[in-house]
Amino acid sequence: MPEARVIPLRADETGGRTRWRLGEGRDRGSRGSGRARPGTEARETGREAGRESARTRRPASSTPRPRPSLDDDQVGTEGGAVPPVAAVPDPEPPAWEAGLEDVLRFLRRRLSGDYTVDEFGYDADLADSVLAPALRPLYERWFRVETLGLRHVPDTGGALVVANHSGTLPLDALMTIQALHDEHPAGRRLRLLGADLMFRLPVVGELARKNGATLACNADAERLMSSGELVGVFPEGFKGIGKPFKDRYKLQRFGRGGFVSAALRTGVPIIPCSIVGAEETYPKIGDIAPLARLLGAPYFPITPTFPLLGPLGLVPLPSKWYIEFGEPISLDAYTPADAEDPMLVFNLTDQVRETIQHTLYRLLSQRRNVFLG
Amino acid sequence: MTRTGSPHDADRSSDGAAPSVVLVTGVSRFLGGNLAARLAANPAIERVLGVDTVPPSREMLRRMGRAEFVRADIRNPLIAKVISGAGVDTVVHAALSAGPGSSGGRTAMKEMNVIGTMQLLAACQKSERIRRVVLKSTTAVYGSGSRDPALFDESMTPKDLPSGGYAKDAAEIEGYLRGFARRRPDVTTTVLRFCNYVGPRIETVLTRYFALPVVPTILGFDPRLQFLHEEDALAVLERAAVEEHPGVYNVAADGVLMLSQAVRRAGRVQAAVPAPLVGPVGRFLRGARVVDYSPEQMRFLNFGRVVDTTRLKERFGFHPRWTTVQAFDDYVRGRALRPVLGAERIEAAERTVLQAARMLH
Repeated sequence: MPEARVIPLRADETGGRTRWRLGEGRDRGSRGSGRARPGTEARETGREAGRESARTRRPASSTPRPRPSLDDDQVGTEGGAVPPVAAVPDPEPPAWEAGLEDVLRFLRRRLSGDYTVDEFGYDADLADSVLAPALRPLYERWFRVETLGLRHVPDTGGALVVANHSGTLPLDALMTIQALHDEHPAGRRLRLLGADLMFRLPVVGELARKNGATLACNADAERLMSSGELVGVFPEGFKGIGKPFKDRYKLQRFGRGGFVSAALRTGVPIIPCSIVGAEETYPKIGDIAPLARLLGAPYFPITPTFPLLGPLGLVPLPSKWYIEFGEPISLDAYTPADAEDPMLVFNLTDQVRETIQHTLYRLLSQRRNVFLG
Repeated sequence: MTRTGSPHDADRSSDGAAPSVVLVTGVSRFLGGNLAARLAANPAIERVLGVDTVPPSREMLRRMGRAEFVRADIRNPLIAKVISGAGVDTVVHAALSAGPGSSGGRTAMKEMNVIGTMQLLAACQKSERIRRVVLKSTTAVYGSGSRDPALFDESMTPKDLPSGGYAKDAAEIEGYLRGFARRRPDVTTTVLRFCNYVGPRIETVLTRYFALPVVPTILGFDPRLQFLHEEDALAVLERAAVEEHPGVYNVAADGVLMLSQAVRRAGRVQAAVPAPLVGPVGRFLRGARVVDYSPEQMRFLNFGRVVDTTRLKERFGFHPRWTTVQAFDDYVRGRALRPVLGAERIEAAERTVLQAARMLH
């Protein structure tokens, strides 16, 4: 060969970045492969960061500890430039310092583009370090979400979570992601299937992809499920989320059962999921259809506070939420070829729909107050 | 048709015989020229002919070694004489051009791409000795839009047919090649759909785009990008030329980069432009000859595109050596792009903030 150029294969191990000492440990392994399993690795970073900031991870500080230390990366920023200090008892570094270091480490990763995004555009680093913490107050304080039946969601492997959709704005989708991420023992990441309208919108579409969503189509759904991801779908679509307040908790038609055939083809179980509380966040009491047509939106909602109070109307009512995961519907008895049997697909679709509807009724009968639960 | 072309046939009878006379189009450009050079370095191949309308650079000619350069226009029926006269048995059509700027305007580009391919295939159809045709196509044939699946495989068709430009040319050319394959079932046809190339040496619209100090992007959209290292692209083309690989293959590296991430890795500054202003800004950049970005490529900056390369790996048996990230980093290093926002500066800023915080406390 006339001019074989030697280009190092592990190219990204070299260069300026190796000089970093702050965050060396964790984010090294995920590079290169480009498709590190998003769930595990990402959660580790996010969770651990949270925990570390809470209880500092230095060993007990009662014994004097010489500086500069050689072992850990906590003191990385002090580097070699800091003159050696006499062996005074090392004061416990305040919690804010570890927190600040985490933030700076995150900012550096972002600014240098040093993170991994999967083929669907899911950005685990951003989702766990920014989006999940940002939504946590809404989840814990505002809606006080109570999650039931988490044991029905497997710790590993593909599954399809099918849920009812409501609330004018898809807060139920965000809260379901949060529930599985924060409360499930394996901290699973729900990969949502969204409408194409969402991906056409600026900012929303971008964030949705980075938060793990992808287009609701068979190709994407099957690809995710067969690679062992937990996939979430709202088969009612806009019919469900945009239904008037008087129809609350009445399930709409479940699409054409595409989700069932995708599950049949990949052989993953279907987990019915019932969400109570989302209907009351933005009670849609009216719809300005001409305005919706003008904006190309499926509906233009009128709620008691919107558009009356302007942007303030975007604050959701603080209803008390319940998210219940039902018993998985195993499809082991069927073969991928059964996806071609429309009658079976319809029956399974109905079974899932009935299960969710009944669970909704049960949860509603147990609820005494919309806001207090 | 007889298949007694070269004495080397016997050695590789299992995988369809090495070619004896190869014709490569588009040799004045990076991929065509370097492919001719690689084929010329293969002693099993008797002759390598390189065709283009303009002669390759002196350096490229030197690199091409024993490969012969034929100055010919594939739009001209004379190309048939070249093919039959030299007894060409393998044609690698690598002349598909993506940028109207480099080929003298959109009309000339379409002429060259579509009419040129038609003439070339017509000449191939007449030739008795042709055994293999390899087409360099593009993943742009899948289009780019909000209704696209996350990954395209070879069996998928675009949701919205490419309305113009490069993508439409490529889609039409693939159609002509399918027609050719129907009329000459004895000829193996290989279509390689390449994603965007990057690397230290190749010049494309995207490599110029990322070399801008301030990179304009579309506000609120962050497309997923997939790259292929130039060396991988050459390796795939070479293998398709010397081995028997009928069919259509997506060719791309593993992994993806978000546009914002790529901009940061290159140490550039991102300037998000609101969607209504994208047209004027694009026109300005094109007018100022900074970046030649056509409207259909603007859509690509909205939604991006990722393809599935399972077939390439399993059936073709090719595993790209560089991942998308490695290929892009190699491009950044190879071009010696001076980062506007470098690692050192971020490091310094980080240290300052920490120290300031400690002092304040």
